[in-house]
Amino acid sequence: MRPFTYERAASPADAARAASRQPGARFIAGGTNLLDLMKLQIETPAHLIDVNRLGLDRIEPTPEGGLRIGALVRNTDLAADARVRHDYGVLARALLAGASGQLRNKATTAGNLLQRTRCPYFYDTAQPCNKRQPGSGCAAIGGVTRQLAVIGASEACIATHPSDMAVAMRALDAVVETVRADGATRRIPIAEFHRLPGETPHVETALEAGELITAVTLPPPLGGHHAYRKVRDRASYAFALVSVAAVVQRDGSGRVALGGVAHRPWRVEAAEAELPRGAKRAMAAILDGARPTHENAFKLTLAERTLASVLAEARG
Amino acid sequence: MKFDTPATSNPIDQLRVVGQPVDRIDGPLKTTGTAPYAYERHDVARDQAYGYVLGAGIGKGRVAAMDTAAAKAAPGVIAVVTTLDMPRLGKGEMNTAFLFGGAEIQHYHQAIAVVVAESFEQARDAAAMIRTRYVREPGRFDLAAEAPKAQLASADSGEGSGAPQEDRTGDFEGAFAQAAVTLDETYSTPDESHAMMEPHATIAAWEGEKLTVWTSSQMIAWGRRDLAKTLGIPAENVRFDSPYIGGGFGGKLFLRADAVLAALGAKAAGRSVKLALTRPLIANNTTHRPATIQRIRIGAGRDGRITAIAHESLSGDLPEGQPETAVSQTRLLYAGANRLTALRLAVLDLPEGNSMRAPGEAPGLMALEMAMDEMAERLGMDPIDFRIVNDTQVDPEHAERPFSQRQLVQCLRIGAERFGWNRRSATPGQRREGQWLVGLGMAAGFRNNLVMKSGARVRLHGNGAVTVETDMTDIGTGSYTIIAQTAAEMMGLPLEKVTVRLGDSDFPVSSGSGGQFGGNSSTAGVYAACVKLREAVARRLGFNSAEARFEGGQVRAGNRSVPLGQAAGEAGLTAEDQMEYGDLAERYQQSTFAGHFVEVAVHAATGETRVRRMLAVCAAGRILNPKSARSQVIGAMTMGVGAALMEELAVDKRHGFFVNHDLAGYEVPVHADIPHQEVIFLDETDPISSPMKAKGVGELGICGVGAAVANAVYNATGLRVRDYPITLDKLLDRLPELA
Repeated sequence: MRPFTYERAASPADAARAASRQPGARFIAGGTNLLDLMKLQIETPAHLIDVNRLGLDRIEPTPEGGLRIGALVRNTDLAADARVRHDYGVLARALLAGASGQLRNKATTAGNLLQRTRCPYFYDTAQPCNKRQPGSGCAAIGGVTRQLAVIGASEACIATHPSDMAVAMRALDAVVETVRADGATRRIPIAEFHRLPGETPHVETALEAGELITAVTLPPPLGGHHAYRKVRDRASYAFALVSVAAVVQRDGSGRVALGGVAHRPWRVEAAEAELPRGAKRAMAAILDGARPTHENAFKLTLAERTLASVLAEARG
Repeated sequence: MKFDTPATSNPIDQLRVVGQPVDRIDGPLKTTGTAPYAYERHDVARDQAYGYVLGAGIGKGRVAAMDTAAAKAAPGVIAVVTTLDMPRLGKGEMNTAFLFGGAEIQHYHQAIAVVVAESFEQARDAAAMIRTRYVREPGRFDLAAEAPKAQLASADSGEGSGAPQEDRTGDFEGAFAQAAVTLDETYSTPDESHAMMEPHATIAAWEGEKLTVWTSSQMIAWGRRDLAKTLGIPAENVRFDSPYIGGGFGGKLFLRADAVLAALGAKAAGRSVKLALTRPLIANNTTHRPATIQRIRIGAGRDGRITAIAHESLSGDLPEGQPETAVSQTRLLYAGANRLTALRLAVLDLPEGNSMRAPGEAPGLMALEMAMDEMAERLGMDPIDFRIVNDTQVDPEHAERPFSQRQLVQCLRIGAERFGWNRRSATPGQRREGQWLVGLGMAAGFRNNLVMKSGARVRLHGNGAVTVETDMTDIGTGSYTIIAQTAAEMMGLPLEKVTVRLGDSDFPVSSGSGGQFGGNSSTAGVYAACVKLREAVARRLGFNSAEARFEGGQVRAGNRSVPLGQAAGEAGLTAEDQMEYGDLAERYQQSTFAGHFVEVAVHAATGETRVRRMLAVCAAGRILNPKSARSQVIGAMTMGVGAALMEELAVDKRHGFFVNHDLAGYEVPVHADIPHQEVIFLDETDPISSPMKAKGVGELGICGVGAAVANAVYNATGLRVRDYPITLDKLLDRLPELA
């Protein structure tokens, strides 16, 4: 861990201003990912801005009939919220599928969106990684890739995004609210929030330097059957090989987002028209253009079969 | 004392304390966090500075240059010692890889520097400032690719197990060719990590030429000897102390870089130094269970009797390394006149392969007991019946050598009844519950019982209490407790009158903890010392030692009763002895047996396997403490589930290292993976084993579990996966189409 300076921000706009003033500054909330990465010198911020006391920890109804989730709402609290459990079951289930009870007690909504990949080569500082050290190359390509991306990857990076929560939010069409250094706010649809790696895998989100997430809003409830199915090598406390977030209506229409397959939660809205015709057709469309490795090609079959299982349960 | 004739009756047989399921005597210390582990011994040496070990970033080659200027100038740094500062150090007798010194890199994360600083954070930060230039060399990292170059090799684990390079009885090839029913299949097991909770950790302090290390070691005498040898100093100048150990599983049998670099760092800093290996270093810097590729051939008559059995195993290791003895159990487990076992070793440039819980048998039975399941199906026999038909009460290679005790058949029969084996469908893939396919599997468990010379010192105090000292270790197994139980039984005392002190090289040399020999061997050593103490007490109190009874804190004979403490006098009374063994192990085959039963559910859509219930029925001699023995067995069963379903060090075959070198990437079972577990111990004593009539049990618990899980997966799905771990991707393409 490199030495760093620390301050506690007084307001969201102050935090954003402070961050834009100091190159190499990072916000810290739960710290469940950032501190680990700092110990390994994968993250080396010179300055930390503590945003824990900004009061962004409420869950409130929106005038449109949706829900506004403060950036600092802890994963445990969000999963336990009665409105989330009743109206956004896919989100509650996704949260509880992630990490462990202790981590969920600390981890925040915004921090969960911003967690970084678990690619083992990203974590080993003796290995080249374009995400960790832009331009150094990608050791994962051609290496151990069983966990890594099957679609939307690039010649520079085949990492996946590790979040469960974000996959459910992608299915729900959540919107990320932010504030910038100049005090201006903006609303970023979650579909545009996480980026594909392209040539710049170190740029992971649409956030600008110093821009602070203040909340995530959910549109009014969709109804339907909510499922979050996370498939992994052990029963708990593991990252997804594949996960399926689905909201399925009585008529068989619905929405599907995937975790564990790409650099961001993966959803192809146009493919959802195939859902009433079954998992095989739908998943073929969702994963059209996939380029798996020989070690992770099973994820294509797994995604299809997991979706089939989810649809079967939705039908009752 | 020498144990060279079968035990007759002795004070242990009273079973007033021994054999009782008493709580761990060190339990309160552990549960209150007051049992200090190596890294927490803040009081043993003054001015402890912090060390941080830097591992090499290449799999094979040389260190061309190291720039330490920035690290040395970093805040708080006291000393930096690099591998280029000294020629290659000596090597301990038990080590394969060199631990430090010189430019050559044998494997990834080999230690290349230690940084000593005022704080851990400063040491870690400075270590990251060291710039190292390497010359990479091509390495051999792919076991299957190296197979053609592998050579026959014998093995001696150094902790009692071993196997010749090739072993033949009868005419295997002829009998196999003529057998009515045959099997010829290949199985593979991956590299595995011990993944113990406490990392390797040491505090080192020098006083002149004298070095003390407070460390985490299963084998005190080996560690002391090998540290001295590595540093090139006399063994008498080294003291090893390791009273509490947070798990070892074989990973702490041998001297590792933590002790060497703490000693070197302390020397350079002129201060005591504490350091722990970071989690990423444990996979690649220390040892692991090596991967195997095993070919098994079995030939049998239509009556199910095995006429030919062959087991050949390939594994890899660094130069001067040894093969994994995966064929050991196949020499002894089943009858059959024509037999062949062989070990082949390929040279690999991966980190050192070495002992991990039940080395040999654990991966060997994962293959053999799956082959037995497959063979039973080919014969149209129940897998239990097939094993019973081929039971043997003598060493199949030497019919004149009986097993001292062999209750395998009883284990299987009792297990079948308790587990509800009759509810298993002989045809796989028949039982479905919702989206889950459910199946039952079983396997025989087998692990040899080793006995090791072990010494102890027992001191009687004036208040009638007793202190036992031995360099035996408690790696979480319960050694403290069974040693206290032994001394209490022998001296006629309640448990709370016995104090046990372990893990210090100033104490008499014991068996140490490994090869499941520690429980029986170390208590036998305490028995020997107590016999001596009883004689001394009797002498002092004027009793005929043959007549004296030690009970309730009194020594009694006839009408006379004297408090035990009276024999101690002012100075106390001390006796020291060790238990040595004659040739009983040659005249009798001593082994432990189990029947393992597992029910799994496999998700019909995703192929996820979840264990639902497990049962182990164990025949392992006298159980000294059923509570701690049960803990050993359920822990081992858990490890067996990990081996069956998830544990695998993933090899980067280009760069030569284990990629998933942390506990997020190397998955072991979590609570949610482990269902209802039940353990039954058969009521057994083995007078051939020791005066304790006990045997090992801590490794028996894992032996066979992996195959029982695999066989249950087969029973659930009809799919046979011969390549461990059985992850869902190996089932997925063959699972039934979904509606």
